[in-house]
Amino acid sequence: MSKDVLVIGGGPAGLEAANQLKILGYKAYIVEKSEKLGGHLAKWDRLFPESISASETLDKLLKPINDISVFLNSEIVSVNGTDGSFSVLLSNNITLSVSSIIVATGFSLFHAEKKEEYGYGIYDRVITSVDLENYFKKHSDNRIINPKKIGFVHCVGSRDEKVCNRQCSKVCCVTAIKQACEVKEIFPQSEVYCFYMDLRMYGRYYEDLYLEAQSKYGIRFIRGRVSEVSEDENGKLVVKAEDTLSSKPLKVTLDLLVLMVGMVKNDDNESISNLLNIRVGEDGFFKTANPILRSTEGDSQGIFFAGASTGPKTLPETINEAKATVLSMHNYLSKQV
Amino acid sequence: MIVNGKQKIWSEYQKEIPDDHYFYVRSCIRQNFFPASEKTFLDIVRNKLNLDFFETEHHTTCGGIAYHSDTIPQETLMTIVARQFALMTESGYKNYVASCITSFGIYTETLETWQHFPEFEEKIRENLWKATKREFNKPEYLAHASDVIYKLRDKIAARAKHRLINKFTGEPLRVVEHIGCHYSKMFPSKGVGGAEYPYVLTGMIEAWGGEIIDYPERRHCCGFGFRQYLVQANRGYSLSNTHKKFESMQPFKPDMIITNCPGCPYFLDRWQYVIAEMEGKTYGENSQGIPVFTYEEVAGLVLGYDPWDLGLQVHQTDVEPLLDKMGIEYNKADKYKI
Repeated sequence: MSKDVLVIGGGPAGLEAANQLKILGYKAYIVEKSEKLGGHLAKWDRLFPESISASETLDKLLKPINDISVFLNSEIVSVNGTDGSFSVLLSNNITLSVSSIIVATGFSLFHAEKKEEYGYGIYDRVITSVDLENYFKKHSDNRIINPKKIGFVHCVGSRDEKVCNRQCSKVCCVTAIKQACEVKEIFPQSEVYCFYMDLRMYGRYYEDLYLEAQSKYGIRFIRGRVSEVSEDENGKLVVKAEDTLSSKPLKVTLDLLVLMVGMVKNDDNESISNLLNIRVGEDGFFKTANPILRSTEGDSQGIFFAGASTGPKTLPETINEAKATVLSMHNYLSKQV
Repeated sequence: MIVNGKQKIWSEYQKEIPDDHYFYVRSCIRQNFFPASEKTFLDIVRNKLNLDFFETEHHTTCGGIAYHSDTIPQETLMTIVARQFALMTESGYKNYVASCITSFGIYTETLETWQHFPEFEEKIRENLWKATKREFNKPEYLAHASDVIYKLRDKIAARAKHRLINKFTGEPLRVVEHIGCHYSKMFPSKGVGGAEYPYVLTGMIEAWGGEIIDYPERRHCCGFGFRQYLVQANRGYSLSNTHKKFESMQPFKPDMIITNCPGCPYFLDRWQYVIAEMEGKTYGENSQGIPVFTYEEVAGLVLGYDPWDLGLQVHQTDVEPLLDKMGIEYNKADKYKI
């Protein structure tokens, strides 16, 4: 039995899985379709709830695997063989023979343009949570010029039947609160509003962050969805929403609106599922062998999952799952002749 | 404003509009509100652009006003619609064009309902046969008449006698576009440009030289809203809706408003007079109102029709300020001749 394992995806799940494989004595190959490792983590500045540096976190994930074979700008073209012996042809014409495959393909971010009523890509001062995080990293964005009034719209493309995404993205509530606090740190005189459906503060210290957002930063939370966004004669944003706690429509003029874009399936999940003979669920994420007892295993022998390829997850959940995935895979391979 | 973003959305919401041979159905209320608009439309498409538009005197109301006022059930409405389709079938046409936005919405809703609930269609076919001994084919293409003018906008521009340019400044006229709610808000894919940033009227204005204004209450209802006006006790609500729109558009200094719905031009036009009477407030230049037009009237002005042949004298808000800006010559005395 070969000890070579292919990890598809070079985000946090793939990096952690590769590291764990190395620790257990396997030879890992990482195939990453983009031009660099790190996935969405590479775009982030600080991580909730304790404001840990994203780049330092990524460096810690990258450091132990600096001797692992990585194929960037590469995708899977074909997979032959099953049950413990796979011959995998990559788009760079390299063929790998591996005994197991870990699918760590992660997620895509919802395209905010699809929620046309919010005006992303139409109105200059409508940005996404990713754009704001990029601003935190680089301190430069010509759309963000000393805003006095800032709004955050939760659940953009998540829990939204209209855009065919029923799933909760898990991280947007707490990310919005983290970003709202950070924005108040940079622009202390600004008024910040969060438009939410309900706040899912389930993780450790999340509730503390939510309380701090209110008590320390004075962020105003409005339970209601934004219905439409437009621009006034000065280029400011006119935002209409419903305040469901006071049962009243609400209109507010803002200098900046941040859309908390959710996690959605990757467009190539379907083709990967065909190549690996695995299934995708109704939400387009990969389906595991059993959602409770075998949540890191695929239907086919030798195929495993890590991270958000099987649905939205937080970063700690992703890292933990990558560890669990490698253990599952190790147990599986240990039983093979 | 990022124009590329809008253009991207517009490119995603294009609909197939047939080239010729249309079965045309008039609107019951437009013939009272703006009686020359449909006449102008037919004159443009038949006599200026040589297209085949057929209409029949047997056509009736679509039942839309009764339906949206909750006075007839959907089954009755669909049977009326089925009869209109039977008239089209008997006339040998496949392309159905409605003058009225409410009718367009009704036809769209009916066809969508039949697509998802075919048993409903069977029931309606049975109803129609029992009532009239008629049978029908569904239209191959359903368009609103503004879709047709949108399709023909460049041909109209090529024949233009006047463009939407302010002759005093040389600048494009600033135009507010307002689509009827039932054009694409119910079924965004059925309207040119979709629901949030509709392009059907914008495309005409761009082709004819004007500049579109995007203002905060652009998507808001004109004020008609059926029950807002039809129920007398609600009419203050109707007026306040229209008031909200004018307060929102005024800072952008529009020269004119273009619409594609029966109710919208009527209410945007008439309520300006009421607001002026109640509050002494006007929204146009020089204490005048903002002239409101149907798209056929604007096409007619561009093509050089006499303003009074277009029926502009029945507007409550004077249109002369816009005629002057476009450099259109008119006889003031003719305005009051029948």
